[in-house]
Amino acid sequence: MSNKLFPITVTVNGVEYKREVEARLLLSDFLRHDLGLLGTHVGCEHGICGACTILFDGGAVRSCLIFAVQANGHEIRTVESLGTPENLHPLQQSFHEKHALQCGFCTPGFLMTLVPFLEENPHPSDDEIREAIDGNICRCTGYEKIVEAVQDAAAKNSQAK
Amino acid sequence: MKPVNFDYYAPSSVDEALDTLAELGYDGKVLAGGQSLIAAMNFRMARPSALVDLNNVPELSYVKPTEDGGLAIGTMTRVFDVEHSAEVIKRFPLLIEVSKYIAHPQIRRRGTFGGAIAHADPAGQLPSISVLMNMQALIKSKGEERWVDGQDLIIGPFMTVIEPHEMLAELVLKPWPARTGSNYVQVSRQSGGYAQSAVASIVTLDENERCKDARMVLMSVGEVPILSQKAGEILVGNAPTREAIEEVAELAVTTEIDPATDLHATADYRRSITRVLVVRSLTEAVERAKRGG
Repeated sequence: MSNKLFPITVTVNGVEYKREVEARLLLSDFLRHDLGLLGTHVGCEHGICGACTILFDGGAVRSCLIFAVQANGHEIRTVESLGTPENLHPLQQSFHEKHALQCGFCTPGFLMTLVPFLEENPHPSDDEIREAIDGNICRCTGYEKIVEAVQDAAAKNSQAK
Repeated sequence: MKPVNFDYYAPSSVDEALDTLAELGYDGKVLAGGQSLIAAMNFRMARPSALVDLNNVPELSYVKPTEDGGLAIGTMTRVFDVEHSAEVIKRFPLLIEVSKYIAHPQIRRRGTFGGAIAHADPAGQLPSISVLMNMQALIKSKGEERWVDGQDLIIGPFMTVIEPHEMLAELVLKPWPARTGSNYVQVSRQSGGYAQSAVASIVTLDENERCKDARMVLMSVGEVPILSQKAGEILVGNAPTREAIEEVAELAVTTEIDPATDLHATADYRRSITRVLVVRSLTEAVERAKRGG
């Protein structure tokens, strides 16, 4: 088996990167170690916890279950694309205000799952929210505050329109 | 953990993929959505020496109606695209009903229809449904192709009749007759978790409210999806009364399944809930058939 390197070109948060990667390198590790984007967290590495969720061509997927080489030519968005500490994304602001995080380890995965979800479902029911986040584990909040935060963001979004 | 090294091939056409698989023989393994395979590789439970990645083969991704009113689904079609396909919603509501039980939304976005079936996980929903619906599987290899009945495809846990140099290319779903109802029920410890037991059924009624056809598959209660013979033997030609359905449940649980005790449930518990699920699934499928499917 070879240690062959594969050249890839991948757009992450609007920036084009050219790198060479081993085939076995996971996209999650590529983002963290090769690009230094530490917002994408690595929890279980088998698709259960959801902490590594990113957007791959706009759809929320597990970055631990995709090889970096497979991202060649594709567009990735990570939590770093949302907001800054001074200027939070509306959903981040709602998470902040509603105490939807404690330790924060799972939060990037929740945000990257919920941002496209809210775009597709601007007025979700609590049940729809719970179904959308059934692939994200949070061991702090008990999920109640997360559901409240999503409702808060949805309400503020429709007021703004 | 991280995967061991492997050789990586990313063909851009079916022919190129089949050439590569033929060359690699037993060393080659097809990478579809990777939502089971890459997880197993991360834990080094799977250590394939070469992967043939089909994600750059767009010709394997489609849902298209067949002449007889059924559907042909390309192996690389994402589960997300199947569950959101208007063609599927119209013809096979069972696939929509079962979809939300398949892992999590992020997994369905990447995982593929054919990949899940070829993986043949005994706790996988789509392998069971492929057996239940007897989906026709098109298996291709270099210069050759063959069709296999869905109910003959899976031969053991994580084992199918697909050879290393072959790949599953397409699944053809035959149309259901009028007055066909279907249902899927599952018990698991958490949403998206492994089924402790699950039952799917398809019932067709005649004009006298008798069963013209009754198929049922039992999942997570044996090494492979179990296609019940008792459902057809007891129900076909008869009215699907509560008594008849309870008889199916009794015989299915005592003679057809072989549940194991594992982390998720004991064998006794599986038997106990399977009996309940059979009754619920068949009853609901009959009700839906009465309403026209």
